[in-house]
Amino acid sequence: MPVAGKKQLPDVVELESAIVKSPISGREWDVSGSFSRMLNPRVLTDYTYAGFAKIASLTGGESLQNCYGCGKCVPVCPVDLVGEYGPRKIHRRVQTGLDLFKADELWMCTTCANCLRVCPKQVNMVEVMPAVREAAVAAGDIPEELQVVMEKTFRYGNALGENPRKRHAWTKGAGVPVRVLSGDPGPVDVLFYVEDYWSYHPRGQQAAQAFARLLSHAGVDFAILGAEEKTVGDSQRLAGEKGLFEALMEEVVQVLDKYDFRRIVTPDPHGFNALVKEYPKYGHNYEVLHYTQLLAPLVGNLPLTNRIDAKVTFHDPCYLGRHNGEYDAPRTLINAIPGVELIEMGRCKGNSYCCGGGGGGMWLDGFNANHLTERLSERRVREAAETGADILAVCCPYEVSRFEDAAKSTGNERLKVMDISELLDMAIG
Amino acid sequence: MKIVVAMRQLADLVEELEVNADGTDIDRDFVKFVSNEWDEAALEEALCHKDDGDAEITVVALDEPDVDQTLYTALAKGADRAVKLTGHDPEGWIRTGDRAAILASWLERDDFDLVLTGVQAADDLDGQLAGVLAERLGVRHAAVVVGFHDADSAVQVEQELGGGTVAVSSLELPAVLGIQAARQTPRYASITRIRQAQQTQTIQEVEISAGGSLGGTVRKISPPKKRGGAEMLEGSASEVAERIAELIRSKGLARS
Repeated sequence: MPVAGKKQLPDVVELESAIVKSPISGREWDVSGSFSRMLNPRVLTDYTYAGFAKIASLTGGESLQNCYGCGKCVPVCPVDLVGEYGPRKIHRRVQTGLDLFKADELWMCTTCANCLRVCPKQVNMVEVMPAVREAAVAAGDIPEELQVVMEKTFRYGNALGENPRKRHAWTKGAGVPVRVLSGDPGPVDVLFYVEDYWSYHPRGQQAAQAFARLLSHAGVDFAILGAEEKTVGDSQRLAGEKGLFEALMEEVVQVLDKYDFRRIVTPDPHGFNALVKEYPKYGHNYEVLHYTQLLAPLVGNLPLTNRIDAKVTFHDPCYLGRHNGEYDAPRTLINAIPGVELIEMGRCKGNSYCCGGGGGGMWLDGFNANHLTERLSERRVREAAETGADILAVCCPYEVSRFEDAAKSTGNERLKVMDISELLDMAIG
Repeated sequence: MKIVVAMRQLADLVEELEVNADGTDIDRDFVKFVSNEWDEAALEEALCHKDDGDAEITVVALDEPDVDQTLYTALAKGADRAVKLTGHDPEGWIRTGDRAAILASWLERDDFDLVLTGVQAADDLDGQLAGVLAERLGVRHAAVVVGFHDADSAVQVEQELGGGTVAVSSLELPAVLGIQAARQTPRYASITRIRQAQQTQTIQEVEISAGGSLGGTVRKISPPKKRGGAEMLEGSASEVAERIAELIRSKGLARS
């Protein structure tokens, strides 16, 4: 029984009646309904290979069948901790007849990759789930909440369905000039790819403004695309809309080709992941940094003179840490702030818990509420609060809103949730 | 059954609408256009009929901004044919009367049993399109339709009346229906399928010369004057609660 509390009983698919025949005497036992019949060798003919065959026929779906049931993935699965999930369980349920293409379980994986980290058989749910989702979406099977987000992303180029022309409205409150390339198209060092939540979410905008001030203090030559920027759409890809991702990529690349910049810097680990790992598969290669990677070597140039006397804990974003191996840059920045004491949570770095926002989870809150005992973000905020920290520091644009809401809903309002860029901005004298 | 679904584009309200310099139309320069949601319901209902039996669906729209996306999406969802009518100013405001005239002159040459369109639209809140179109074609018409069933050369139509009453009547085909709602929410066409439709299917373009404008002239268009608004109650929780209680009492919503 997990700490989270209630668990649903699993649907056990077993034969209603079963006869076991002794290979020696030939005697037969009727073990129907007997609790002890699981002690006999499993009769593999109970199941067909059909479920795996259908999934394995998809590009990316091949590895699910490799599972040999060791179960290492289940205790590290962030969804299982608050529900009934885990890749091994998915494997078993497909084996016993679950049609994953139609099942609610299909949409619950956040593609956090913690299972892949421990899997001895390289069962890659980060590829399996998007592949099956893509097939489901093509057949029109998609949760309504997610459908709305896909349509908005296609129409407006952002998941929030906001006006594309207001994408750089946040710059007005930055207090420093922010160059927009469409109006001033000369060469630039850093192209600041703002992404959706820093562009539109009120708390994200504050982080974007703080980051612009930091760049200005550090003397970085930077510019943004403004209204020409569209989301990279990596979470939409992982939620099953590869076609949307590719459509966006064509537009993104077309805009990027117009300008002369040296490197791209983005606050969004999801966009970062796609630019680093997916774009090259299509022949688009850029030098891309997460914003913490840009700032970490420059932190000495920032006049960090205001003390922040606080205990700070840090949440590693799945797509910066586990997916792309960057654990140090955010910590370098936090440790550079005078007065701050960094306390690690039990689950950190490679074993960091997932906020629940990845792989489309950001847009499936209502859907997942039917399956989970609490939100992943709530679970994580309780862990953060247990460390005794005053501030939960984050560096993924999904997280400020997710964790702030979770802090309220779990009665941990005392825990402040701040982006690292906001913390640094506060420390500047 | 041959079903024609007539769709139209409307200004997307994600943008704040502004009146143009002449004060005779909205400023269309920076506005994005989306399909009318009632037309989407009409398309969904047609697609449901196709799922149930043998319906052949043609979507037709006038040339308007972003209309290709609407038509390709309809093809991706399962429409059999898409037709775009040209020969008018695609950037301008197409009045409902003109729209009906253009659609009618195309429909007169095409073969159809049923024309479905949204019961209303943001630029046609009176829901005139279906009625005027039926009149021009000389066929039967029903508005506020929430469902219909085949019955040989007729169609049985369910119409939503006031107070939750539903009227069931029988119309001889061909007919034009203004659809209020489909039996289910409009289905999803994945972007992959829309892109496939763009690559493999074509939109048939037909030029229509419907003559001059039939509508009146718009002299002035203006946003509605602001009236009332919300009053924010200030003060401590108990003060605010007292004020709310007072308001509820004064409106006669609760006995003292």
